[in-house]
Amino acid sequence: MPRRRDEMVPDAEFRSYYGQPVLKPPIWHEPHMPAYLYLGGLSGAAGAMAAAARLTGRDRLELAARMAAFAGASAGTVFLVAELGRPMRFLNMLRVFKLTSPMSVGSWTLAAHSGLTGVAAGSAVTGLLPLAGDAATLASGLTGVAMATYTAVLLADTAVPAWHEGMRELPFLFSGSALASAGAALMLTTPRALAGPARAAAAAGAMAEVVAGGLMERRLGLVGEPYREGRAGRLMRASRALTLGGGLLATVAGRSRTLTALSGLAITAGALCTRFGVLEAGRASAKDPRYTVVPQRDRLDAGQPASVPGR
Amino acid sequence: MAERMGFFTDTTVCIGCKACEVACKEWNDVPDDGFVFRATSYDNTGALGASTWRHVAFVEQDGRWLMSSDVCKHCTHAACLDVCPTGALFRTEFDTVVVQADVCNGCGYCVPACPYGVIDRREDDGRAWKCTLCYDRLRGGMEPACAKACPTKSIQFGPLDELRQRAEERVERLHAEGTTEARLYGADPDNGVGGTGAFFLLLDEPETYGLPPDPVVTTRDLPAMWRWAGGAALALAAGVAVCFAGRKP
Ligand code: SF4
Repeated sequence: MPRRRDEMVPDAEFRSYYGQPVLKPPIWHEPHMPAYLYLGGLSGAAGAMAAAARLTGRDRLELAARMAAFAGASAGTVFLVAELGRPMRFLNMLRVFKLTSPMSVGSWTLAAHSGLTGVAAGSAVTGLLPLAGDAATLASGLTGVAMATYTAVLLADTAVPAWHEGMRELPFLFSGSALASAGAALMLTTPRALAGPARAAAAAGAMAEVVAGGLMERRLGLVGEPYREGRAGRLMRASRALTLGGGLLATVAGRSRTLTALSGLAITAGALCTRFGVLEAGRASAKDPRYTVVPQRDRLDAGQPASVPGR
Repeated sequence: MAERMGFFTDTTVCIGCKACEVACKEWNDVPDDGFVFRATSYDNTGALGASTWRHVAFVEQDGRWLMSSDVCKHCTHAACLDVCPTGALFRTEFDTVVVQADVCNGCGYCVPACPYGVIDRREDDGRAWKCTLCYDRLRGGMEPACAKACPTKSIQFGPLDELRQRAEERVERLHAEGTTEARLYGADPDNGVGGTGAFFLLLDEPETYGLPPDPVVTTRDLPAMWRWAGGAALALAAGVAVCFAGRKP
């Protein structure tokens, strides 16, 4: 609803230093960071689905989920390491464990999740150590849900207005998108007759993603503007259309191969657009001093300056 | 631990000579940041960054110039330090915030975390850089290069408590002389970053100088963020359970 925006957010007057940004925009590159966010989410939700398939005795789906979880974690790690300014020093991430750094918590989570999904996939492929493989699969269900959500905290724990203020909905946006992505991947790699739970996951995840994204844009007001404008706006709109379409198709995709392919691809494309869109919206919101200055100035004018209680 | 050291930058006496920028570059061996004519003012360095650790802002207003030498705030609650995953950013014995270049792996997380847009990554080098408050000089018992070079004492270095007191007195004097717009920026230990180790005396709203009017350390809200993420993780687990709950075909 592009028209309503103008009524919701009146043009804000504010002062700045020659219109220059106050913040430094995130320097994370494309496609590395959005690709990592997508693959990490996919792998996380696939891990959770592998565990669920194990517990409910769905062997074929479990195999597909183990492979998807491992593939997502491995490819994601490659993108993450390539994103570093000093890739050779990536092990410095495991030098300390810092609860105040979502990047540190995430690196340990990724390390554990990669290891577990590696064991699970390796055991499935080679048939060796089946018990260890099963245990790793169940454990990857736990690391998986962490993988699919921590990235939202990673973004929100910055000064970037569109991310920080979105701290409530971003985890649901990302976990919904992760569930949809994993559902789509498993739909595409499992015989139709056995892929019922994957289709359900794809549909449910897609709905969660669309709802969380919509709620976030609405609640954020002025700071949500970057999600609606320019390149980020186009990506977010494309994401919504693809995810919604793919999610609806997933409910009937059991009927044919073509429907399955269409649904799975639309959801995957939608999930990727979400990640590129969120990164771009963050950049745009950091680059325009309006989104930094106006909410802070409003706070001061209302006599409610920020403070850090209890520290 | 030694006393907390910091900067008091009194912008009312800044003459925009950029001696601080030059001294900082020379002493710290900071590479060229490109001389760009910006067509807005005498400002040719633009903003603080990986290779600009002091930045003199020039604000031309009706009947006056505002000049202000900006620097890393060395926050009490420093977001850059909180979010650093390698421990490369650390707090020194002078209560300042410094990056260890031999540990930084260039993840870039500190860059969007800083509420002042101070720290940045050098793309050719891959690591994050910012003002060290001349950590090496401090350890040698000397004052930072910028403060040393400042010809008007606009940049004052010393124990933070002393500086805060001096600054309060300066504001009082300015108010008495009729400069009622004089105000301190960052000196309040109750602000959103717990007070800054480098604070300023300004003559206009902070945003006019490119400073955020009411910054917050993002990690203040981290417990809430983890709670929301925990909720989403539970919802995801529940969603997966429901999808697999049906009968097998
Ligand atoms: S101003 Fe920015 S770079 Fe400097 S200590 Fe504070 S958060 Fe870190």
